[in-house]
Amino acid sequence: MENFSLILAIVVVTALAFDFTNGFHDTANAMATTISTGALKPKVAVAMSAALNLVGAFLSVEVANTISKGLVDETGIRPEVIFAALVGAILWNLLTWLVGLPSSSSHALMGGLIGATIASAGLGAVHGDVLVTKVLIPAIAAPLVAGIAAMLATRLSYRLGRKADGKASEKGYRAGQIASAGLVSLAHGTNDAQKTMGIITLALVAGGAVAPDSDPPVWVILTAGLAIALGTYLGGWRIIRTMGKGLTDLQPQQGFAAQTSAATVILASSHLGFSLSTTHSVSGSVMGAGLGRKGGVVRWSTATRMFVAWGLTLPAAALVGAVAEYVTGLGAWGTALVAVFLVGSSAAIWKISRREVVDHTNVNHHEEPAGVVTTAIAAVAVPPTHAAEDLSATIPAPAGESAPSTATSV
Amino acid sequence: MKIDWAALGSVFGVSLVVTVALVGLFTLGIAGLSRRERAAEQGGSAALAVTGAYLCFAGCAAAVAYGISLIVA
Repeated sequence: MENFSLILAIVVVTALAFDFTNGFHDTANAMATTISTGALKPKVAVAMSAALNLVGAFLSVEVANTISKGLVDETGIRPEVIFAALVGAILWNLLTWLVGLPSSSSHALMGGLIGATIASAGLGAVHGDVLVTKVLIPAIAAPLVAGIAAMLATRLSYRLGRKADGKASEKGYRAGQIASAGLVSLAHGTNDAQKTMGIITLALVAGGAVAPDSDPPVWVILTAGLAIALGTYLGGWRIIRTMGKGLTDLQPQQGFAAQTSAATVILASSHLGFSLSTTHSVSGSVMGAGLGRKGGVVRWSTATRMFVAWGLTLPAAALVGAVAEYVTGLGAWGTALVAVFLVGSSAAIWKISRREVVDHTNVNHHEEPAGVVTTAIAAVAVPPTHAAEDLSATIPAPAGESAPSTATSV
Repeated sequence: MKIDWAALGSVFGVSLVVTVALVGLFTLGIAGLSRRERAAEQGGSAALAVTGAYLCFAGCAAAVAYGISLIVA
């Protein structure tokens, strides 16, 4: 009794930590364009996004029962497996945040789950076809759909708005951007906070603390909502800078077109039954908006690094998840070891991040950060290859090792 | 392995049409308001443009409300 409540407590805390990194990582999705075009002051933008995330967490009563989306066999899943999956997801989220690359938190979580499940139950428990239809195809489709829509919308906006200038248009675009960014934040709160609630509930069910098929308890909803809101408020400024300034230079018209396209794609996809990742949609729409303006440029080197990170997300998180699951399988001290490793490497990543601080004061300055960040990027995204998909088989090892190696280098 | 091309296609189509329509509508609204600004500078008025602009914004607001209802539902 006492034993299971300890592992359950660990899982709940880890899940909330993941929720925090999720909010932190995904602030950029809603607010990067709004911040970079100056529609909202950075602090105001993240505060608004945080509030809407919190509201979003309470809005929907639909239980996130499909966290793994049928990716792995959920029957007989143990709390340790969930713990190991979360460790993989958190570490990948932190690592990509350190190098300032937007990547999908959902993919990280799914990767962690896949790895932990393979280590625990073998390859047979992972449904390969679901992996392709729910992960790979959406990852390619989302940026294309959002990008093309944003590009056409940007073109149209510049054509129709040739005579639009002055105070009225400035104010108008500001309001438009705020509205569409708000929608993205709200949708994010309902989707991603629900994911964590689903995980905690799954763990509670697996540990026998609540009956199967029950709704998340109120304290779960409350803590998950607060964790994601806090993460959002603290803001992943590094990622915001990459998305708002690094990929392309956005004018208000483009910011509005990009954010509207992203909001539309996210809502349309989740309601037409072909779920697309928020991160991929927003990145795609930002690039599309960049291409849509005459003389606009997309910095393909940054974009390529981002694509490589997307390709690596699943295998890297899976590798960490698998190793973590293997170690937890060694006994209670194994679980403790993994927990210590998680805390230690998170602290190390945070410490490295302090060497090159990015916050609300310099989020709009775009200079390619040098030094440790560049080397970290080099460690994660070695060559700008076009075969990002093929890399997944070979690169995970160095990517996985880069977490411990950066940890020891401090 | 079954890829739901129909769902993907409809996501693509709907996103494209809605995005372009919304951004277009909004831009028209803004163009209308800037016309009023210019007219006001010259001492005239642009009632028609302003009415049109508010109609455009109302359309956009309706779309946002629909979006919120989709999130809540």
